[in-house]
Amino acid sequence: MTSDTKPHLERIKHLLQYLGLSAAVLVVWQGLYHLGYIKPLILPPPTQVAAAFQDLVKSGAMTRHVGISVARVLEGFAIAALLGLSLGIAIGLSRTLDRLTDLAIQVIKPIPPIAWIPLAILWFGIGEKSKVYIIFLGAFFPIIINTIDGIRQTDHKFVELSRVLEVPRVKFVRRVVIPGALPAIMTGLRVGLMVAWMCVVAAELIAAGSGIGYLIMDARQLSQSDVVLVGMITIGVIGKVMDSIIRRIEKRLVDWKPSFAGH
Amino acid sequence: MGVAERNGSLVIEELHKKFHVGAGEVIALRDINLQIREGEFISIVGSSGCGKSTLLRIIAGLENGHSGTVRLGDRRVSGPGLDRGMIFQEHRLLPWLTVEENVAFALNGRTPEDKRLVREQLELVGLSGFARAHPHQLSGGMAQRVAIARALINQPKLLLLDEPFGALDALTRIQMQQEILRIWEVERTTMLLVTHDIDEAIYLGDRVVILSSRPGTVKRIVPVELPRPRDRSSYEFVQIRKEIYTEFFHEAEKPFAYAI
Repeated sequence: MTSDTKPHLERIKHLLQYLGLSAAVLVVWQGLYHLGYIKPLILPPPTQVAAAFQDLVKSGAMTRHVGISVARVLEGFAIAALLGLSLGIAIGLSRTLDRLTDLAIQVIKPIPPIAWIPLAILWFGIGEKSKVYIIFLGAFFPIIINTIDGIRQTDHKFVELSRVLEVPRVKFVRRVVIPGALPAIMTGLRVGLMVAWMCVVAAELIAAGSGIGYLIMDARQLSQSDVVLVGMITIGVIGKVMDSIIRRIEKRLVDWKPSFAGH
Repeated sequence: MGVAERNGSLVIEELHKKFHVGAGEVIALRDINLQIREGEFISIVGSSGCGKSTLLRIIAGLENGHSGTVRLGDRRVSGPGLDRGMIFQEHRLLPWLTVEENVAFALNGRTPEDKRLVREQLELVGLSGFARAHPHQLSGGMAQRVAIARALINQPKLLLLDEPFGALDALTRIQMQQEILRIWEVERTTMLLVTHDIDEAIYLGDRVVILSSRPGTVKRIVPVELPRPRDRSSYEFVQIRKEIYTEFFHEAEKPFAYAI
């Protein structure tokens, strides 16, 4: 019996630990409002934010904005993943290609996607393309750099083993290099998706008429700080969900690697 | 690749190997001459840093920049090849592949026979029940047995063993020594084992090659003409052990003997 009840209690304890901090923040936030320490115009209380959220959901605006933003992010991310992975693998495998591209990558990488907006508008206009381009830029660099790193970390012992077994090059890349680089590649994809999602607001600064970023900017002009907060929290929650999904995929793909889970 | 061509005799002539260390150079191996008959089991003992692993790596084709010749059968060794199998000190199983995939990794063509060959090899090392396991689920000894299966699947003429049991605990090591002996008796592959364990060298080898350190040269070759399985506590075994032992520690041993 104890073996059954204990994990159950344990699980409740873990859930409380997991939610504790967030719940506490909400309670304090609401409490400060009731005690009159914060003005709703500057920081509306959670209840007001929840009400604004409800209104947006009821009118269908929420689903529309979220849907459009997610679609933009996925599009930009997909292109970044495709290019980042293939170029990353090619550069990781070839010293020459690395020398040819390294300087350009290192110089372009620190330029924040938001700085690209003027050029993006000139190149792609103010439609969808320029927004996707900004998101793509955010996701591309973490993906390509982690992929190159992962491939460069191929264990020398396996390289030797493959030489002894006369493993052909294509098989060596497919069976040794890429699986070995997979943990780093997955990290790159995860960070890339996160940055892509964070870029959604920047991208929707470009003449957008919809999307979560637009929702926030529009509400700012109307001084609806509750809607601004709805937008911010929605970005946070969706980002968390995306991260959880990609972590789950990662766990499944890299199930051979026992990892340290903390004490 | 036919059976008739399976000539696993190894001839090493005037092998020299230098390493460049900083501005100077270190002679790792000097004037190594060795002749190993097909099907023979040779142990090489030496203290660490004597170049015994380098010798093995040269035979495997993993090193270059040496002079002298290594011939396996009638072919001169100039690079890695499937006619030589290699067991490293660590198992070097790919952690993302299952046991059977790891063994099949050594097969480069894809033939319908592959599955059967893999099954046979796993049977040979007694791990048929673990075909679907991943390396991290195996003990050190089991993992090393998978590595042996992988090295043997291409039926090499010569199996090179580079301190293969050095990382295992004492009991598992003895088990693995019996195991490799059993496999050798079945497969009759020429075996070349490098070890720093004198007991292991005598227990397994038809001859024990003693390498001296810096530079590595063949100091002596001690034949072990004892029937297998060998009894490590038999008089003859202990005599040979003493003989090899004094090659390494001749000065230090003597005062001890006088004290008795």
